[in-house]
Amino acid sequence: MQVTNKLTPFFENLNFERDDNTMVINFGPQHPSAHGQLRLVLELDGELVTKAYPDIGYLHRGIEKMAENMTYNEFLPTTDRLDYIASTSNNYAYALAVEKLIGLEVPRRAQVIRTMLLELNRIISHLFFLATHALDVGAMSVFLYAFREREFAMDLMEDYCGARLTHSAVRIGGVPLDLPKGWLENLTIYLDKLPQNIKMYEDLLTENRIWKMRLEDVGTLSPEDAMSWGCSGVMLRGSGIPYDIRKEEPYELYGELDFDIPISQSCDSLGRYKLYMEEMRQSKRILEQLIEMYPQTEQKLMAHAPQYISAPKEEIMTQNYALMQHFVLVTQGMRPPKGEVYVPTESPKGELGFYIKSEGEPYAYRLKCRAPSFYHTGLLQEILVGTYIADVVTIIGSTNIVFGEVDR
Amino acid sequence: MRKYTPKDNVQAKAYYTDRFWVAPRVPRQAVEDEHFKAVVEALGERVKEAYVEINNLVLHIDATQNYAVLETLKDTCGYKICSEISAVDYLAKEGEFEIFYQMLNLDKAKRVRVVCRLKKGLAIESVVPLFKSANFAEREMYDMFGIKANNHPFLKRILMPDDWEGHPLLKTYPLQGDEFASWYEVDKIFGKEYRDIIGPENRDPARIDRYDTKRFSRVGYEVPFDADISSGETKTPIEYSTTFLTDYNTGTKQLDKRK
Repeated sequence: MQVTNKLTPFFENLNFERDDNTMVINFGPQHPSAHGQLRLVLELDGELVTKAYPDIGYLHRGIEKMAENMTYNEFLPTTDRLDYIASTSNNYAYALAVEKLIGLEVPRRAQVIRTMLLELNRIISHLFFLATHALDVGAMSVFLYAFREREFAMDLMEDYCGARLTHSAVRIGGVPLDLPKGWLENLTIYLDKLPQNIKMYEDLLTENRIWKMRLEDVGTLSPEDAMSWGCSGVMLRGSGIPYDIRKEEPYELYGELDFDIPISQSCDSLGRYKLYMEEMRQSKRILEQLIEMYPQTEQKLMAHAPQYISAPKEEIMTQNYALMQHFVLVTQGMRPPKGEVYVPTESPKGELGFYIKSEGEPYAYRLKCRAPSFYHTGLLQEILVGTYIADVVTIIGSTNIVFGEVDR
Repeated sequence: MRKYTPKDNVQAKAYYTDRFWVAPRVPRQAVEDEHFKAVVEALGERVKEAYVEINNLVLHIDATQNYAVLETLKDTCGYKICSEISAVDYLAKEGEFEIFYQMLNLDKAKRVRVVCRLKKGLAIESVVPLFKSANFAEREMYDMFGIKANNHPFLKRILMPDDWEGHPLLKTYPLQGDEFASWYEVDKIFGKEYRDIIGPENRDPARIDRYDTKRFSRVGYEVPFDADISSGETKTPIEYSTTFLTDYNTGTKQLDKRK
């Protein structure tokens, strides 16, 4: 029995020796491979994990509670803090849910820009996954190379919206800004270099003996389990289920774009890693098509819906009625119609959906963020059992969980 | 007569609403899709109300039949993924929770939302045997609303600490936290006997006292540390955490007591 006082605190679940020769260890929440604030309580028999209990909530900020106390536009920058690796996907998923609720048509140029940002963000997020996953497994140089590419992509983001991580570059009803001069040229340069870089990562990893030993047949997830645990995104496609929301329930411009959905039948971490690499190539393909689409669009950026969306700045400055509308929208906030909506989107991590219950007030009555990482964390309690303790880090990295999104 | 507003909802409210303003409603369409019709038919009498709202088939059912309905959806209609379970608090207005299950059919790419109403204090049947994703989702629902799920394998708080009191997403729970929340960390880190010395936690990060010369500089003119600039006006009663505010210059040794 531990004797606790203020200087020697109680160590929860730390019980080093037990009668049955098992050991209970505590992994995280301050572990560099815990991808944030994951605490895992592992029961070990030798090196074999016999029980795993993921403990979350260390990054809980009550974002859903805040949503009930903020107007719809106020809440948008808060969504950046969900999956902070790919904040545009969160902004977009939220904006799309509100747009569906009020039935807005977004101008085509805004759609092109949004889709571009989403795909660029997917590349950023996947590069981050690759870097941290490789670092967890032990490949330091891949981390440095992948972060170099990610920096250039974040520079592009910075050129567009001024922020590198918390973009808030999507608004309800469109985008606030047009692309700056020369941005598309820079994007083209970036995309031209991307395939060589992806090839370099693959040369470093795919056939690497150590990488294969660490990833092959590690973290196997059967299709039935993947569905039962509510997996989505790469976790689902890595188990051989070809379901991508961009393809199956197309939103934005994905219905018009030509891209493939890679799937893997191997159900293990190596298969998932290969999917991430292939998805980056597909994102590049999508971006190239969007670059061609962009010049054919008209200049309008925000939807015209005076009841919900402020008029463009020129109109606010010149027309009295637009100014009045703007004043009401800023001071009171928009009031979407009564009703409820659930809109799924394919974020880099999986199915990110927002459920919004509106009672016709400027504040959402209830907002639920369906975060893919939350369910992938739940999966850990089953997928880790029966693996060796050295593989725990590989599996956590392979699920690609981000704790801003898990804890909300 | 003035409109009745529930007093136990402490969330932000619109400060002004036009008296003639009537909120429009998102259109609810009749079930016309072939697949959705088959789903409603398969469930038979258990469906109290069915309509399509923004691409989702919404099925209202009785809370006692949630397990049977989800089982039929899974086995007969192909809804293999339960992507979300959560609740909406209608305790103030109607004395009940609305619980929804967001279901996904992978082959047809269709989504169904199963909605049921649960009276306060009642528990709902857990659907963990059908969908393992419900394990975390129902724990979160319990944590946030206090709705218990019968036969859940491990119903325990998930996001909040185990010894937390109150359920944060209830409408009666204030955004800045309640009395319990303001003492939680003080009690945990220092112990209850230090409450007087430390004071309650300031849980509003945007709170500013305009006469505070300890923490905030004055714009335009300089004021000595801790000078009184209120010119006779009563101070706003804000309790600061005095832990790090001990004024070492004047020599009150509050921190020494702890040794």
